[in-house]
Amino acid sequence: MRAPIVRFALVSCAMLVVGAVRTHAAPPPPVEASAHDLPWDDGTAIEITWRAPESATNIAGYRVYRLLSTEEQKRALRDRRVAAADVAWKAAYESNTSASDRIELATAAATAAAERAGAEGMPDEVAVGTAAANALRYVAAPVESGRAIAFRVRSFDADGNESPAAEAGSAAATIEIFLGTRAWFFPLLIGLCAIIIGCILLARAGRPIKVRRIAGLDAIDEAVGRATEMGRPVLYIAGVQDMDNVQTVAGVTILGRVAKIAAEYDAKIEVPTARSLVMTAARDVVQTAYFEAGRHDAYNPDTIRYITDEQFGYVAYVAGRMVREKPATCIYMGQFYAESLLLSENGNAINAIQIAGTAESSQLPFFVAACDYTLIGEEFFAASAYLAGEPTQLGSLFGQDVSKLIAMVVIVAGVILSTLGGLGLSMPKAASDYLANSILAS
Amino acid sequence: MLKFLEQLDRRVAFLLMGLAVAIPILFPLPLSYKPSPLAQSAFDAIDRLPDGSKVVFSFDYDPASSGELQPMSNALVYHCARKRHKLYFMALWAPGKTICTETIATVLLKYRPDAAYGEDYVELGYQSGNEGVIKIAATDLRQQYKTDIKGTPLEAIPMMEGVNNLQAMDLLITISAGYPGSKEWVQYFSTPFPRTRMITGTTGVQSVSLYPYIPNQIAGMLGAIKGAAEYETIVNEQYPVNGKPVPELGEGQRRMGPQLVAHMLMVSLILLGNAIFFMQRKARREGRR
Amino acid sequence: MKRAVPTLIAATVGFVLVIAFFIPATQSWGETAVVWFNILAGVAFILGGGNLVKVQLETISARRKGYGYAIVTLAAFFAMLAFGLLKIGVHPQAQYPLHPWAGPHDAPSSPFGWMYEYIFSPITATMFASLAFYVASAAFRAFRAKNVEAILLLGTAFLVLVGNTAIARITDALPESLAFLRLDSIVANLMTYLSTGAWRAITIGIAIGVAATSLRVLLGIDRPYLGRT
Repeated sequence: MRAPIVRFALVSCAMLVVGAVRTHAAPPPPVEASAHDLPWDDGTAIEITWRAPESATNIAGYRVYRLLSTEEQKRALRDRRVAAADVAWKAAYESNTSASDRIELATAAATAAAERAGAEGMPDEVAVGTAAANALRYVAAPVESGRAIAFRVRSFDADGNESPAAEAGSAAATIEIFLGTRAWFFPLLIGLCAIIIGCILLARAGRPIKVRRIAGLDAIDEAVGRATEMGRPVLYIAGVQDMDNVQTVAGVTILGRVAKIAAEYDAKIEVPTARSLVMTAARDVVQTAYFEAGRHDAYNPDTIRYITDEQFGYVAYVAGRMVREKPATCIYMGQFYAESLLLSENGNAINAIQIAGTAESSQLPFFVAACDYTLIGEEFFAASAYLAGEPTQLGSLFGQDVSKLIAMVVIVAGVILSTLGGLGLSMPKAASDYLANSILAS
Repeated sequence: MLKFLEQLDRRVAFLLMGLAVAIPILFPLPLSYKPSPLAQSAFDAIDRLPDGSKVVFSFDYDPASSGELQPMSNALVYHCARKRHKLYFMALWAPGKTICTETIATVLLKYRPDAAYGEDYVELGYQSGNEGVIKIAATDLRQQYKTDIKGTPLEAIPMMEGVNNLQAMDLLITISAGYPGSKEWVQYFSTPFPRTRMITGTTGVQSVSLYPYIPNQIAGMLGAIKGAAEYETIVNEQYPVNGKPVPELGEGQRRMGPQLVAHMLMVSLILLGNAIFFMQRKARREGRR
Repeated sequence: MKRAVPTLIAATVGFVLVIAFFIPATQSWGETAVVWFNILAGVAFILGGGNLVKVQLETISARRKGYGYAIVTLAAFFAMLAFGLLKIGVHPQAQYPLHPWAGPHDAPSSPFGWMYEYIFSPITATMFASLAFYVASAAFRAFRAKNVEAILLLGTAFLVLVGNTAIARITDALPESLAFLRLDSIVANLMTYLSTGAWRAITIGIAIGVAATSLRVLLGIDRPYLGRT
């Protein structure tokens, strides 16, 4: 009676084991795996593609492996031997505290461990990443440019069991002539430039350009005049960055216009700078402005001086100067950080007229709070053209406004498409996705 | 009364602000914090990486802003130390290098004394060139950094093996006080190379300008001392030492006391300013009648 | 000629930087341009240092108002320069014990490091901290409910100021159905939607402004580097 029970139990167990093995069976490998250079890139990526095996239901994802070169295998083997020897040496050395030949013992243990580690052999591959079950491609990046690298792909199930490998072959990443990811950005940039140049040409052809008034810039004349009346200087700060910053370039350009007005009004202009290159550029600009105003005799290069690159050292100097000299007008045009409020509050305390302009949005609230006039972002970039008043400059300003209008139209179109897409319409959704993920992400 | 308020010297505001900050420093307030989603996602970005992942840490600030930023640097380095990540330290600001060395000594080596230089962490130091450093290091690290701060060639540093550029990193952490900083990292690194995730710690003023980059370019952000306090709360909960909060990770929470009183003072000053404004307007109207 | 060459250099380097953005093979050209700028800025630093010394010496010799500050400036300048450049008191590096100059000039144990740690750091931190006082006085003076826009601004400022402190947690008592009224979620929504939207608009305007300014410089319409603007 017992024998059938035992047999039944054994058979049941065997079935369970077989069942378990069945559920843990490796999934089938992917098919048609191939590796090729990722087109239109900077030569640092290889794309690996494959197809899902037919009748495969238990695939949780795919794992991509890079085959190691002989050199890499040798290096990896050496590292493993060294690490094993190191551990063995330390263990043997520490456990044989009383032995007189503990160093020899430790060395022998290390040699043996290194040999064991070497005998295990080395895997000839390294995992580079995984792809989801529905993603039948993987981009291996960054890889060395121009060297053929081989890949293989294995599928795996939810328990982590891997299929046999599907060899994808080898491919070398090559540098292409153009970055495909920026394909949309290029025509957008060309379009933007074309609009601005077109508007400049229109203005040059004599078409009248009307620009909106900017109160802060209209106030410059009055502010410089006030300095002359009071017999006090105009303080001009062109930001705290170097000439490679576009805001500094704009700040120095505006300085030329302000210096010309100051020369005409016979007001003294002081320009402390936080960068040496800005000092040289500012001197050239102010000298030219005085020359153009017919006042080259009044130009004094010593009023344009370098202070320090150190942000707060610079602030300390300018604030001290403000308190001592009490300039009638303070103009801040350029890139500013924490010094924005430190400077403008000091200017406020000495009752100076203050005009600020910056594209550093985080500092705008401080300038707005402490200054009489603030040029916000694009107004600041429009300032030099606005003050120049020449057709070419005004044309570029008009181009800036036209580009802004186009940007607004694109935003409204995007919002409409996205809203319609959200309501379940497939075409607008596809269009808004394309706009967001391909055109604007380029 | 109105005349007195109108002529109120701004130094009175200065004095009140001084007291509002000094008193809570001397007598700490018992406050508690709930981590914001941004701090939580910064924590997750570090925590979900497998132990021993490659993390590049950029110290882009100077002593002036270390009052606001050092607590979060400590918390982030501590968290990475407990996760045993491999840390690559660099700085876009010259003073950042010194701050970085101090942080390694006071936090990393204290809580991970077994960390070996060159294997678990390396100091690449400061390089001039602002965003140029990011651009070059993103594609060719060895062109930008020939040696580490000790003068050792990168080829001789074990953990630099296979690291040819910053794209080889699993995570970028930048602690930033301005230019060059988080915004430049977004522009020149996390946008063109999205594989490496980025988290940032930043000053309060700057944090507002970084919101547009969340979550696509920036995975998590710690904004000012509040962000640090929140991060300290999470890390102290998840990775305490002997069941107790880490002593180095309390500074952010402690500094929230002065911040609370200072903010309340600001609110009061604004209210007072408006009271004066309305009283003036009323007096003017009555004068006109 | 004197004008044509610099304009040509500016235009060429500018366009190279633009092209390097799109054509991978030219990426290194852009990097080279950046390196050149750094070298030029480094050389200009000597010019700036010279100017600083000249101006301060003139102030001292003419006994102008505040010349005492000029003495302090020069003393600080030369002290830092000497200790940094000559590596005075620097410990040799462990790797190269026979070369006493091998240690970094700004190691924490060097006199330069001390000056940095105990003079420079506290001074800059103090300057930055003084911002808190200026913020207080600016807020007191500037935040007035003059019109509807100013009232909206004021309301937002209150919410953000209070919402960013620990006191905001008193609103946690609100039931889950009213969670959107909790201060921290109000602040988060203000920052994520309203502020970010406005920020994006400003950023787009700035980007277009930058493009127009850059184009004017590249085409030689604005030439701040030549003195002609």
